[in-house]
Amino acid sequence: MIISIASGKGGTGKTTVATNLCASLDADLMLLDCDVEEPNAHLFLNPNITEEKKVNAPVPKVDLSLCTRCKKCMEICRYGAIAVAGKAVVTFPELCHSCGGCMVVCPEKAITETDRFIGTVETGSLGLPEGASFGQGLLDIGQVMAPPVIKQVRQLEGQKKLTIIDAPPGTSCPVIAAMKGTDFVLLVTEPTPFGLHDLTLAVEAVKLLDIPCGLVINRAGLGNDGVNNYAQKENIPILLEIPFDKRIASAYSKGELLVRALPEYKEIFKGLYTSIEALVNRKGAA
Amino acid sequence: MKIAITSTGKDLDAQVDPRFGRAAYIIVVDTDTLDFEVIDNSENKNAFKGAGITAASAVCDKGAQVLITGFCGPNAFKTLDSAGVKVANDATGTVRSTVEDYKAGKFTFSDSANAEGHW
Ligand code: SF4
Ligand code: SF4
Repeated sequence: MIISIASGKGGTGKTTVATNLCASLDADLMLLDCDVEEPNAHLFLNPNITEEKKVNAPVPKVDLSLCTRCKKCMEICRYGAIAVAGKAVVTFPELCHSCGGCMVVCPEKAITETDRFIGTVETGSLGLPEGASFGQGLLDIGQVMAPPVIKQVRQLEGQKKLTIIDAPPGTSCPVIAAMKGTDFVLLVTEPTPFGLHDLTLAVEAVKLLDIPCGLVINRAGLGNDGVNNYAQKENIPILLEIPFDKRIASAYSKGELLVRALPEYKEIFKGLYTSIEALVNRKGAA
Repeated sequence: MKIAITSTGKDLDAQVDPRFGRAAYIIVVDTDTLDFEVIDNSENKNAFKGAGITAASAVCDKGAQVLITGFCGPNAFKTLDSAGVKVANDATGTVRSTVEDYKAGKFTFSDSANAEGHW
């Protein structure tokens, strides 16, 4: 089973939920941090990284001796990543989405692929739970193409019975890349108007992908009940409410797992997993 | 020689448009005869991405050797630079007065872009 943990915006406690869920289970599992712009699960889990792999994305390279400056490549590129300028053809690798469109349309076959380094995937093991494995992607500084790195991280899926994915915040392509094809999306939100706004966007994305989802409300008791009402209206089960608690905030700021600071949470996270399992099985049976 | 100037209108008395990629028009003027050609940039103005790059490519096509505008972003600059087109920023006034200023040597050409990219 693959569970992705997402949130409409950053800072809602997504990583707290992912890391503590992971540390509370005895299952045969792996945690994949797909928040490649700012992976931080490792701060709480202290994995032992044993392997590092580079991720490259293909970008076009033009052979000017073959090129007739017909501009077809420039016309097809939606990202402004290739341009004919007088006698030159300019490429902008940092804007390129590696779609291959320019190569396909070039009538002179003047365009070939060249690799551009965009990030790394690291793998290793976790001490808690014992035997669990860990993977994370790291987008190189200045790069904007997160999805290829996320896809590389997700290649690791399936080595364990349970995969927990810490998805990037937001609702754009990187999040979709992290949630797509997972069995369940756990959405983490705050009970505030901002939280609700971003949650509705995230729910739209999850619905498009047709994945069952459930909600964790973090810092419950702080805002209003807008999120609860919304969940009820949309028929999204609230699986856990984590109250606002200074001890939780303090543990987080020290990079300490919540289940270590407040061991009673271990059973709570186990219960969360049981609820998810039940929802996934119900969907499977339906 | 031909120079390109971003413009809010279609003739030499129009004001310079400070934007490059999203300028309304780009006027390519022959500095000797004051003959000019108008590039309608309006389609490009609403482009999703790469407006500066597309406009730069159009300027190169018209054979301009110099571009004078308000702000030229990094990608457009790189495009123009590859084609050997020189870029001068911070132009104000009308297109006509800008041509005069250019002929009087009042512009300095930049080595880099002066506006941050939007991506
Ligand atoms: S591969 Fe796609 S995004 Fe990259 S330059 Fe070619 S057409 Fe543009
Ligand atoms: S499509 Fe090919 S031939 Fe045409 S301008 Fe691009 S690289 Fe040159």
